[in-house]
Amino acid sequence: MRKVLTEHQPAAMRRPAVAKSRPLWRTLYLQRYLLLMTVPFVIWALIFSYGPLWGWIMAFQKYKLGLGIWHSPFVGLDNFKELFKDDDFYPALRNTLVMAVMNLVTGFVGAIVLALMLNEVKNKLFKRTIQTITYIPHFVSWVVIANIVITFLSPDGGMINAFLMKLGFIHEPIYFMTKEGFFWYIQTAANLWKEIGWSTIIYLAVLASLNPEHYEAADIDGASRFQKMRYISLPGIMPTAILLLIMSLGWLIQGGYESQYLLGNDVVSGHSEVLDLYALRYSTEIGDFSYGVAISMFKSFVSIVLVVAVNLFARKTQQSRLF
Amino acid sequence: MFRDRSFGDYAFTATNSLGLALLGFVTLFPFIHLLAISLNEPLDLIKGGITWLPRKLSWFNYDYVFSNKNLFRAAFVSIARTFVGTFLGVMCTAMIAYALSRREFIFRKPFNLYFVLTLYVNGGLIPGYLLIKQIGLMNNFWVYILPILVSAYNVMIMRSYFEQLPEGVVESAKIDGANDLQTLFRIIMPISMPVVATITLFIGVQHWNSWFDNYLYTSRSQSLSLMQYELMKVLLESVNQSAVTASSLNANNVAQLSPQSIRAALTIVVTVPILLVYPFLQKYFVKGITMSAMKE
Repeated sequence: MRKVLTEHQPAAMRRPAVAKSRPLWRTLYLQRYLLLMTVPFVIWALIFSYGPLWGWIMAFQKYKLGLGIWHSPFVGLDNFKELFKDDDFYPALRNTLVMAVMNLVTGFVGAIVLALMLNEVKNKLFKRTIQTITYIPHFVSWVVIANIVITFLSPDGGMINAFLMKLGFIHEPIYFMTKEGFFWYIQTAANLWKEIGWSTIIYLAVLASLNPEHYEAADIDGASRFQKMRYISLPGIMPTAILLLIMSLGWLIQGGYESQYLLGNDVVSGHSEVLDLYALRYSTEIGDFSYGVAISMFKSFVSIVLVVAVNLFARKTQQSRLF
Repeated sequence: MFRDRSFGDYAFTATNSLGLALLGFVTLFPFIHLLAISLNEPLDLIKGGITWLPRKLSWFNYDYVFSNKNLFRAAFVSIARTFVGTFLGVMCTAMIAYALSRREFIFRKPFNLYFVLTLYVNGGLIPGYLLIKQIGLMNNFWVYILPILVSAYNVMIMRSYFEQLPEGVVESAKIDGANDLQTLFRIIMPISMPVVATITLFIGVQHWNSWFDNYLYTSRSQSLSLMQYELMKVLLESVNQSAVTASSLNANNVAQLSPQSIRAALTIVVTVPILLVYPFLQKYFVKGITMSAMKE
């Protein structure tokens, strides 16, 4: 693949030089179809990606629906001050970060372990079957996953409770979904179950591209299967793994809200409510949109700081960087 | 020593295969269990004890799902959304990816930046909501399609696939008098099946699985309701029910319905289309993702 790229590099490099000798209008005319093809995207991004940024002004206003952005009074940083004073803000922030870290760590370790295990399978059919099965949950909606989780953990007739009772570990069914202490673990387990297979794709590709000579040399030295896994396969995927890890670190605070919304309920909201849901609740229940925007801005701010910091760190420690 | 090694080898293979088989079981079992619940007679289900197979086979739950007018309409809206959204999404993604992959395109660099920034720039939930309100997309079918028309991630996958195609393909098409649109749709896309199939699957699945936009923007118009949203409503209702008392279940028994059975049947109906499509596309998407990721 890399060979194909270099072969065609020269032809590609020549092109812009030719283009530059033409007057601009001529280039524009010649590339009218290319321009036409990008029009939908340019307009789309302007409206749906960059458009909402205009709404950020609201974070500094006392926004009133009737007045709109043009006429609502400015209040400076009041919304942010109020935000940091609110007692519900800190649990939401904590829940967001705790669940993000738990998902990140379990997902990272789980994907690597599974990829290493799959890589050791010699039987192609068995390997492909397991892969096909473990990819499935990735393509199923969170609504379906939540449904499965709730069905299995249900106190009346749920499989987990029935199983535990049969084995004699418990005598009364446990109300898993209404115990605050369980929520983080349930969410993490569900997330791991959903994504573990899918996240191995990239690691398996890296493992397939490792130099077979290393394994042959290890064979001659009498290394066991486990030793080969530990000293050749694992170091082989580490650079990719680290890159993926620091990339996702930047998005830590954007942990998503779908699973928390669907798995959570009023009883466990102290452990299930994340920043987005907190913002949504504030905006819809109290009608204070400014407050919701302030939360969105806070999240974006943290996210940008994290992305830039992580990128700087990546650039310092490795040759590769993210952007 | 040889003997020792082959025993270790054997033990390793056995443990490894067993572990993987167990994972496969844990992944697949919930779907089988739900299928068994959905095919069991609702009254009989209350007795519990269903694992693999239905005890009293009955199509009652599926009859209910398909005879319910709202659910039937929701299925139609979901299918319509998935088809329209996927078609438009793939077309737009391909056009942008192609333009950005052409080295001679004069706006290649600025548009690239403009577009990569959409990955990082995000107004957030509330500004997005207000925007939809302002441009009049509330309770409108197009609110399902337009806001997620293109995604930078999909464009990047497609672009890097196009970039590593031989340059001669485009040049010979140009010599034959094809313009860029014709080149893309008649030549580039047919020879890029792995990535086209991958992106089609991604966009299709995203549309089929969406429910949050339904909840936020169209929850007031029942005629635009989606399957996933209907399922989510049943889900939340029964969660609150079982959290309060078990007596509400008995009230449902009278009507010959159990929310658990309906939920299971709906879940299966919502899941089956994906299970049908995806094994055929699997070899493509693994290739598509791997190729674009390895290039970096």
